[in-house]
Amino acid sequence: MHDARLDGNAAAGRLAELFVFDVTVARTTCAGCGDARPLAELHAYLEAPGAVLRCATCGAVQLRMVRSPDRAWLDLRGVHVLEVDLPPG
Amino acid sequence: MRWLVGTVAETVPETPQAVTVHLDVPEWPGHRAGQHVDVRLTAEDGYSAQRSYSIASAPGAERLQLTIERIDDGEVSPYLTTVLDVGDQLELRGPIGGYFVWDGGDSRPVFLVAGGSGVVPLMAMMRHHAGLGSEADMHVVYSARTLADVLYRDELERLADHPHRGVTITLTREHPEGWTGPLGRVDAALLEAVGWPAWARPRCYVCGPTPFVEAVADALVGLGHTPTDVKTERFGPTGG
Repeated sequence: MHDARLDGNAAAGRLAELFVFDVTVARTTCAGCGDARPLAELHAYLEAPGAVLRCATCGAVQLRMVRSPDRAWLDLRGVHVLEVDLPPG
Repeated sequence: MRWLVGTVAETVPETPQAVTVHLDVPEWPGHRAGQHVDVRLTAEDGYSAQRSYSIASAPGAERLQLTIERIDDGEVSPYLTTVLDVGDQLELRGPIGGYFVWDGGDSRPVFLVAGGSGVVPLMAMMRHHAGLGSEADMHVVYSARTLADVLYRDELERLADHPHRGVTITLTREHPEGWTGPLGRVDAALLEAVGWPAWARPRCYVCGPTPFVEAVADALVGLGHTPTDVKTERFGPTGG
């Protein structure tokens, strides 16, 4: 059961606590290898104390999120660019 | 995103392992076919556990329906499938996820491939297709262990009795007498036999356990489908 690999869809609920847009359809560019794809396609490991999203191509950690009862920490050091579709403003 | 309260209006056994829970959620904002919700259970001592479940009902359905498979050593699903009763309340957050969705906005063919309870969000798409009266062709390939494990079998057959919808069920661990459908795992040969060629540019949706999803997605890309047209949703072992 440990180390079960899912995908970014499965992290969508907890990320929705932090992002005002649907971050699963945003594209991340991996700081390690440059691969760019929707966050939903990243590999997700959710059974650790926090959520870990890894690049589907090179396996590098792109995003980590840890949630305590009253606070969250978001580590995005593995994301070079986050690209978000927005309605024309 | 806020936690909402849903009240159980009905529980419908689907198979020996799975139940569909029909919920009244007064503040439900509506959803798209393929989305999921997080369900949170909190014990009296404050311990809480949450799990994601796909939405089985079509957008606009009167009640929100979640089909939940019991994982025997799970923390949440045994409660939801055996203890939960009409009138009970659940906390839920959603709808979640705008990636693995089908809105029915165009006429491109739609090829759905399900492993086990991965059929649930794809069932929402089939129901949505029927509700819209869509003229896009839609076909679902559904891999189940045995005939008794097949969710929504009667409804799938009814929905498939239509010029624009079809269903293929394949059984991996049983060969029932009189069974004329395919047997064994979903492989490239089956995908090629019942799906569309890559040049027809079907939108492909693959949902199920991680190894199933990755094998099917690789097979579809191997058949020439564009990777961005192959949307995947992995789940399980869910810790249920």
